[in-house]
Amino acid sequence: MFSDLARVGKYLGQAARLMVGVPDYDTYVQHMRLTHPELPVMTYEEFFRERQEARYGGGDGRPGRCC
Amino acid sequence: MQNIQRHLIWGAVAILGASALAVVALHRGETINALWLVIAAVCTYLIAYRYYSLFIADRVMELDPKRMTPAVRHNDGLDYVPTNKYVLFGHHFAAIAGAGPLVGPVLAAQMGYLPGMLWILAGVVFAGAVQDFMILFISTRRDGRSLGDLVKSELGTVPGVIALFGTFMIMIIILAVLALIVVKALAGSPWGSFTVAATIPIALLMGVYSRYLRPGRIGEMSLIGFVLLMASIIYGGDIAASPVWGPMFTFDGKQLTWMLIGYGFIASVLPVWLLLAPRDYLSTFLKIGTILGLAIGIAIVAPNLQMPALTKFIDGSGPVWAGSLFPFLFITIACGAVSGFHALISSGTTPKLLDNEKNARAIGYGGMLMESFVAMMALVAASVIDPGVYFAMNSPAAVIGTTAQQAAEVISQWGFVVTPDVLTQTARDVGENTIISRAGGAPTLAVGMAHILSGFIGGKTMMAFWYHFAILFEALFILTAVDAGTRAGRFMLQDLLGTFVPSMRKMDSIVASLLATALCVAAWGFFLYQGVVDPLGGINTLWPLFGIGNQMLAGVALMLATVVLFKMKRQRFAWVTVMPTIWLLMCTLTAGWEKVFDANPKIGFLAAANKYQAALDKGELLAPAKNIDQMHQIILNNQIDAGMAALFIFLVISILVFAVPACRKALAESKRTDLETPFEAMPAGAQV
Repeated sequence: MFSDLARVGKYLGQAARLMVGVPDYDTYVQHMRLTHPELPVMTYEEFFRERQEARYGGGDGRPGRCC
Repeated sequence: MQNIQRHLIWGAVAILGASALAVVALHRGETINALWLVIAAVCTYLIAYRYYSLFIADRVMELDPKRMTPAVRHNDGLDYVPTNKYVLFGHHFAAIAGAGPLVGPVLAAQMGYLPGMLWILAGVVFAGAVQDFMILFISTRRDGRSLGDLVKSELGTVPGVIALFGTFMIMIIILAVLALIVVKALAGSPWGSFTVAATIPIALLMGVYSRYLRPGRIGEMSLIGFVLLMASIIYGGDIAASPVWGPMFTFDGKQLTWMLIGYGFIASVLPVWLLLAPRDYLSTFLKIGTILGLAIGIAIVAPNLQMPALTKFIDGSGPVWAGSLFPFLFITIACGAVSGFHALISSGTTPKLLDNEKNARAIGYGGMLMESFVAMMALVAASVIDPGVYFAMNSPAAVIGTTAQQAAEVISQWGFVVTPDVLTQTARDVGENTIISRAGGAPTLAVGMAHILSGFIGGKTMMAFWYHFAILFEALFILTAVDAGTRAGRFMLQDLLGTFVPSMRKMDSIVASLLATALCVAAWGFFLYQGVVDPLGGINTLWPLFGIGNQMLAGVALMLATVVLFKMKRQRFAWVTVMPTIWLLMCTLTAGWEKVFDANPKIGFLAAANKYQAALDKGELLAPAKNIDQMHQIILNNQIDAGMAALFIFLVISILVFAVPACRKALAESKRTDLETPFEAMPAGAQV
């Protein structure tokens, strides 16, 4: 029961962050450890800034939201 | 046996939905409870999702859970991340839901709630959700590429550039019409202006907090921002009442226009973390929270609809917007039924986050059903208020005059009996000086929401709070859209101009970026200013242009989907996309044609230009022009609007001209000719 609630809470937190363009940091760290152990891993703060720039940076000129 | 039992339950849902729909459709005279609409809508969504979206997923697309998705193939933990279905649903919904589904249904309510409701339901099931789902599928099978790229690769370079250019023009109109909604809501409202102005320092504070004080703590800073926002709404009433501060925050439409134009330019060149990102966080969370709150409010309060099912304005003589039910209802409600802009989102970040193809159904089709539900709630909110108040708020001053006395008299003659007292009392209830001619949908929605939410929390004394909460909620995400849209528009423009002047393409060049930003702001600023000074309220001109543009983009997306189905040799299922394409082309081409050429100056832009030209030739001045220059300006504006509508027509026909031969060519081939990324199996261990 409590573990279910904890999981729901975790997903809600992830959903809220992804809504504003920040994916899950733990997933990123795990991905880097498993597949690119030789590369440096960004700290949470670096990760956050990188994602923030990417969300509004445009580049390929895609609007990130609807009207 | 079990199989039959399963279908029996869905049969019961279908019967419940059909009964609710029958109650809504056949009900005459007495008011009707809003819950009937909600039940009919929810049952329709459930049945459509269970059967039609499953048919599309299994038979039309043949979704393959064992096929690797771009998120898995390119997983980098950043742009490409296999994401839980429910988490991604939230992301996708937050990206597609905006002001569009809230405003369109409010404007459409002038014909009564029934036509709007039927179009929202039929539109989403057969067109809107199909488009979102198809584009998500097509983009996912092509490494998450964007709509412009997809059109380019499946149809050719020329249609690709045309689609990109069309998208840019639609974006300009969207930004102008969104900004116009804010201007209309804030003009002469010191309370509203103060709270919206307060969001700027609040966002700056949040920006600094999340950059330097507690980097990346989104939850904390959003909470701080939220508390400050609520405080600004609560104390906004005192500011508005103060003899010193009140006048300082009282602006007319033109002042607000120039402020918004200046703001749009500055905000879109500032670093994103300072202003845009924090306001985006606030507006996203507020948007989701308010939508949930409104749904709960409607369920608990169960308000009665005051608006009749049909009004006499289905003949096209309505004061809110001109034009008959066909085609104009179907472009007035764009988002919520079908929105071309979603094709950009479905081919944007979402396909890069999809963990498994089979979940495209819940996210693409399901996400759009959810947005449709938001549109339904907006329709309910507009219909629970007194129709007399509705028409007083949405009719232009040129039609109903500027005092409560005049407005009540004119509106009562239309058959919606209302007294001047009701109009002034409603204004007082929501803490405003006047509610007359507050076109644009947002204030009407705010009154409706205040009506529902105050019945749920706080009663009548909280009405003014809820009204300004609703205005702030809309203004907040509109300002975010203006800022982010100007940025995206700037990149698109640099990309487009770069085709001709390569130095424009340098995204980091200060000159190129400032020039592109200025051009972008000037473009939407022009349409905004023109809308603000329009005697018929501006919405009358700009909203149809927006609707036509947005539905045409949907037409382009559905044509792309049709071509892809033909190229996949699944042409026997092409009716799934051809049917909504034909309907959308009929609506938008008719509406576009009428907006350009109709002889009625209220509808046709050229007729309006000619009317002013004829008066000018005789040396007369027509309102709102006060001198010859303004007469010339109005003529030019109408000609430009006509040009815009003609451009949209050209855009969609030219894509059609490319799409039809592409389908015939694919039909003649014996093998598949689409450009899908080759099949790769999901790696072992990945969720299937």
